[in-house]
Amino acid sequence: MKVELQNLTKIFPSRNKKSGEEVIAVNNFTFTIPDGQLVGLLGPSGCGKSTTLYMISGLQQPSGGKIFFGEDDVTDLPAESRGVGLVFQNYALYPHMTVKQNILFPLQNLKGPDKMTKEAMLERAYEAAKLVQIDELMDRKPSELSGGQQQRVAIARALVKMPRVLLLDEPLSNLDARLRLQTREEIRRIQRGTKITTVFVTHDQEEAMSISDMIVVMKLGVVQQVGKPQEVYDNPVNLFVAKFLGTPPINVFEGEVKGGKLYIGQSAVLDTPGVDDRAVTVGIRPEGFILDENGPLTCNISGIEVMGRDVSIVSTNEHSLNPVIRSIINSDANINAAATEVSYSLKPHKVFIFDKETEERLYFEV
Amino acid sequence: MANESVATKTYFWYEFRKKLSAFAKKIKFDQWKGWIYLSPAIVLILIFTVWPIFNTVRMSLLEGYTTMKEVNGAVFNFGIGNFKRVIDYPGFLTCLKNTVLLTVLTVPISTFLALLIAVCLNSIKLFSRALQTIFFLPYVTNSIAIGMVFAAMFKMIIGGQARPDSVGIVNNVLEALGFDYINWMNAGSEYWANIVVMTVYIVWNALPFKILILLGGLQSVNKQYYDAAKVDGTSRARVFGRITVPLLSPMIAYVVITGFIGGFKEYSSIVGVFGEGMGPVGNAYSLDTMVGFIYRAIGKQEGTASAAALILFAIIFVVTMINLYVSNKKTHY
Ligand SMILES: Nc1ncnc2c1ncn2[C@@H]1O[C@H](COP(=O)(O)OP(=O)(O)OP(=O)(O)O)[C@@H](O)[C@H]1O
Ligand SMILES: [Mg+2]
Repeated sequence: MKVELQNLTKIFPSRNKKSGEEVIAVNNFTFTIPDGQLVGLLGPSGCGKSTTLYMISGLQQPSGGKIFFGEDDVTDLPAESRGVGLVFQNYALYPHMTVKQNILFPLQNLKGPDKMTKEAMLERAYEAAKLVQIDELMDRKPSELSGGQQQRVAIARALVKMPRVLLLDEPLSNLDARLRLQTREEIRRIQRGTKITTVFVTHDQEEAMSISDMIVVMKLGVVQQVGKPQEVYDNPVNLFVAKFLGTPPINVFEGEVKGGKLYIGQSAVLDTPGVDDRAVTVGIRPEGFILDENGPLTCNISGIEVMGRDVSIVSTNEHSLNPVIRSIINSDANINAAATEVSYSLKPHKVFIFDKETEERLYFEV
Repeated sequence: MANESVATKTYFWYEFRKKLSAFAKKIKFDQWKGWIYLSPAIVLILIFTVWPIFNTVRMSLLEGYTTMKEVNGAVFNFGIGNFKRVIDYPGFLTCLKNTVLLTVLTVPISTFLALLIAVCLNSIKLFSRALQTIFFLPYVTNSIAIGMVFAAMFKMIIGGQARPDSVGIVNNVLEALGFDYINWMNAGSEYWANIVVMTVYIVWNALPFKILILLGGLQSVNKQYYDAAKVDGTSRARVFGRITVPLLSPMIAYVVITGFIGGFKEYSSIVGVFGEGMGPVGNAYSLDTMVGFIYRAIGKQEGTASAAALILFAIIFVVTMINLYVSNKKTHY
């Protein structure tokens, strides 16, 4: 079932009447989540991700706009009747119930024609528990589980009633790096298996890129860009998105377009036909550098890091807006370890230029 | 001979000093500091709590003990006659019955009502502060004064005169609802009517403290459990029964246990409503309680009073143990 958000807006009134500053947590969010897909909601802290999720779940009432589940308008439907599964940022497992009771709880709430027999409920609960591999732990209390196990119980509890929509609010934030990797694969597997339309909130771009069918990048309540992870990475619409995605992060320089050429400092580094003359901000992905003795962009080497397959050259340049420039070069390349300077030419499709004032992308023909 | 004695004495002091320094080592200096800071409190507790308890036990075990006679130099035999006398006394069973009945009636009712009110208070936003204050007022009001107000509400008396045309506000309400008057607490009133009056009064008087504790508990429950329950499609009744009550169970247990202890010590509320007679006119002491019994024996029969106090202590102890046992099984911490 698809989930459609139309001009969704959430305004929190200010507490302090005098200052009168209201918070626009989510601003005019329009987006359709395709049926059965996993969408990653991505953005820095405080950009309105949780608020969006709570509005979809019905825990918070939007200030404006509409929410559709399939063809049904659910904007005014209370959370109790929406049939969504929600995994909270800190799980919110009922501490006084065992794992089994926690998972059974949503089923026991079903009324009328959906009401289930005890046996059917148990069977469903065990099915859900098996899916997340916690069927061994059914008689424990949440306090007797590890963080990762608690998280899986929370997922099982959200999944057991076969929700129409599954919402995950930074479910991996409390896990260590290894468990994080493992559980995010698990979430992906479960989502593929159940085909439940899922929204996954995170501020970790790598996490979002690796498991999402689509990502939505937000900033200060406003959607910046929507698309397949690779598309957004390859084609950011503004400087914020370009900076937010990618590890190591994109390298940013100040530059200028003059006569169809992009200048960083005095050297013309790239042809940029179709962009008017102006001051610009230049973003270059780490993999966009080519070692080239006669290359136009010269930097001072401050270190070389070998990372197995690749080599990362750390260097500086007076026009760089970051303290250091990181380029990733294939380790086959011949690097003179004693050199103090390195020259690059650039891969045009890894270079993005943005208006210096608006930070919007300026497109040029490659 | 004398030499030997000196030797033993020196040896004794040597041993004593060794033991003392070992003891001082065991209790580190830090702990000594702690003891010094605590000493004023410990001295006060020794004088006003430990010694009276000890003295109560002593008096209860001296047959027919009264302070007056002891001052005059009388000597008492050691024995359990005081306990026998308490149990054989015909009024004692009435006291026990009244105490148990009032406790068993009021603790569940007041706990349940307090829970309900606390949940309601917790869910309203408007005026919640003002309402919390109002609900807390009985706690800071003198129970004798409240008792007199309650008496006025139930009594058919105004200005010391029984007047058939003035029947008390409760009977006015009954009349408005189409019921007959009930003689709640005047001369000739029935026992059950007296108990109803006392139950209403004690419940009302017990509410504020319980509400305060339960409200505090409610406010410390993580809101996210309620959000989770909402998303899980839980009805309000089920949220109350399966989430609120279990999460509040430590506070509920506390309120019930202290309620039982307070209930067994019921006294001033009855004096407040019915006066020192502890019963309606013409039927004095029909609402007597354990503590009432003890108070009246003080000054005449301290031995009996002490024995009764120890019996009351034993009852409270057993009931509290049962309470703790049950709550340990049912409580989630
Ligand atoms: N109840 C509230 N009252 C007022 N402002 C709120 C409230 N809840 C959230 N906000 C504000 O709305 C904005 C968005 O909050 P939200 O919780 O959606 O952020 P988020 O993207 O989930 O951040 P994080 O990654 O830190 O969880 C923030 O500026 C926050 O301060
Ligand atoms: Mg959040």
